[in-house]
Amino acid sequence: MSSYEIPAVTVKPGSTVIPVRRSLSTRWISVLTLVALVALWWAVTATGMIEPLFLPPPSAVLQKGWLLVTTGYMDSTLWQHLGASLSRIGLGLGFAVLTAVPVGIAIGHNRIARGILDPLIEFYRPIPPLAYLPLIVIWCGIGELSKVLLIYLAIFAPIAIATATGVRTVDPAKLRAAQSLGATRAQLIRHVILPSALPDILTGVRIGLGVGWSTLVAAELIAATSGLGFMVQSAAQFLVTDVVVLGILVIALIAFAMEMGLRALQRKLVPWHGQAH
Amino acid sequence: MALLQLERISAQYPGSPEPVLADISLSLGPQQLLVALGPSGSGKTSLLNLIAGFVEPNAGRITLDGVPVKGPSAERGVVFQDDALLPWQDVLANVGFGLELAGVSRDKREIRAREMLALVDLSGFENRRIWQLSGGQKQRVGLARALAADPRVLLMDEPFGALDAFTREQMQELLLQVWQRTAKPVFLITHDIEEAVFLATDLILLAPNPGQIVERLSLDFGQRYAAGESARAIKSDPRFIETREHVLAKVFSQRSAATRQERA
Repeated sequence: MSSYEIPAVTVKPGSTVIPVRRSLSTRWISVLTLVALVALWWAVTATGMIEPLFLPPPSAVLQKGWLLVTTGYMDSTLWQHLGASLSRIGLGLGFAVLTAVPVGIAIGHNRIARGILDPLIEFYRPIPPLAYLPLIVIWCGIGELSKVLLIYLAIFAPIAIATATGVRTVDPAKLRAAQSLGATRAQLIRHVILPSALPDILTGVRIGLGVGWSTLVAAELIAATSGLGFMVQSAAQFLVTDVVVLGILVIALIAFAMEMGLRALQRKLVPWHGQAH
Repeated sequence: MALLQLERISAQYPGSPEPVLADISLSLGPQQLLVALGPSGSGKTSLLNLIAGFVEPNAGRITLDGVPVKGPSAERGVVFQDDALLPWQDVLANVGFGLELAGVSRDKREIRAREMLALVDLSGFENRRIWQLSGGQKQRVGLARALAADPRVLLMDEPFGALDAFTREQMQELLLQVWQRTAKPVFLITHDIEEAVFLATDLILLAPNPGQIVERLSLDFGQRYAAGESARAIKSDPRFIETREHVLAKVFSQRSAATRQERA
């Protein structure tokens, strides 16, 4: 469920208000928009208004998709390209969560750590990751390491900053309550600060994944021999437009699925978030 | 023999010219329910924070059983005005939280937590989430949590201040029942005069600029309630009303004295 949804107005039977026709729910409007878009795509290609070289019909893209899944493109199937991209972002995300959360806690909790780390993160965070990709390639080569490192750096900053914000906004009454129940410093972090900051950490992960995914695909366009970005880029060089369109659609679908998955995770892990308590 | 002893305590916030508390001495012993009553700005919250160990006094000594108080500790349990419960745990885990911190096994702390929930009349709510509770229920969980850790003294920071009048009456009676059954010394702060007079065995009245004790009373209305008299009968007793009006008059005379002082 999106947070922008407004509940549909229902009119009680027998009320004096003139009954309004029950309006379409927002979700159905979105679905209809998508259907209309695909229909338009099909129409302009079927009538020959646009040549298949520029925009292949939906059926051709679907057929190509089947071919990609079964026989593959550029020595790898769609699953292998997808797997290459997902394993890169998975590794980058995993290392980022493992390191950015402790760093964020340190920044939010400790004056000296904040003094050292805050300017460093604020300095590199606004740089578009692709701008320092060449330097990473010089240092680490064009192998997997440089791509994972790039993703890691792109995801690290949003998570660290969100964690620090979460730690700084912990309810002081909860901290005092835990202290007066005998909590040590480590117990405060484990039992109060970390769970309090969890909603912010998850928001940081969401932002980080968005940035990381676009960075990864862009990096694969430039320097890779596998992955969704590479697949799109090499297909474009040979004007295989249906593979290009298909690749873009898969990239979009993955981003959408990650966003939805994280929202579900947020609802499951922090059900108290947004509740009046 | 007094358990908790405050000797000539003064406190001042850094950068503030006026002290918030000046020369406060008091003691709290077993069987006592000490209520600090005062208008806002009289330093009653600061006084509680000093005893809890959240802040340190600029002068004077606070001792518990003769040992100087240093920092917060499980010996001095606190019930806060806003519940300060942990929403990521259910009611049972919240009540057992102090025991979990102390390394008590899950089975033992659940047994203890269930006992405490029964004591505050909240059995059956073990697996509820904090945000599913009403304000009064949250304060009961807060009280049960503080008691579960078996503190030497119980400190209560305007515990019923955020509740509606009906719930507040119920909670006052519940507190007296719990206090009688556990025999814990209680230090409670409030700005509600009727609440103070009803609950206190010992009442101190604080006046602002700087926070100081201007009146000390020994009262027995709480004990009368414990002995079986109804709360309504006590609160409409002429002696209760007389005490309440006496305290009220004292508050106002202090106020006008302060105003005169400011004008001069």
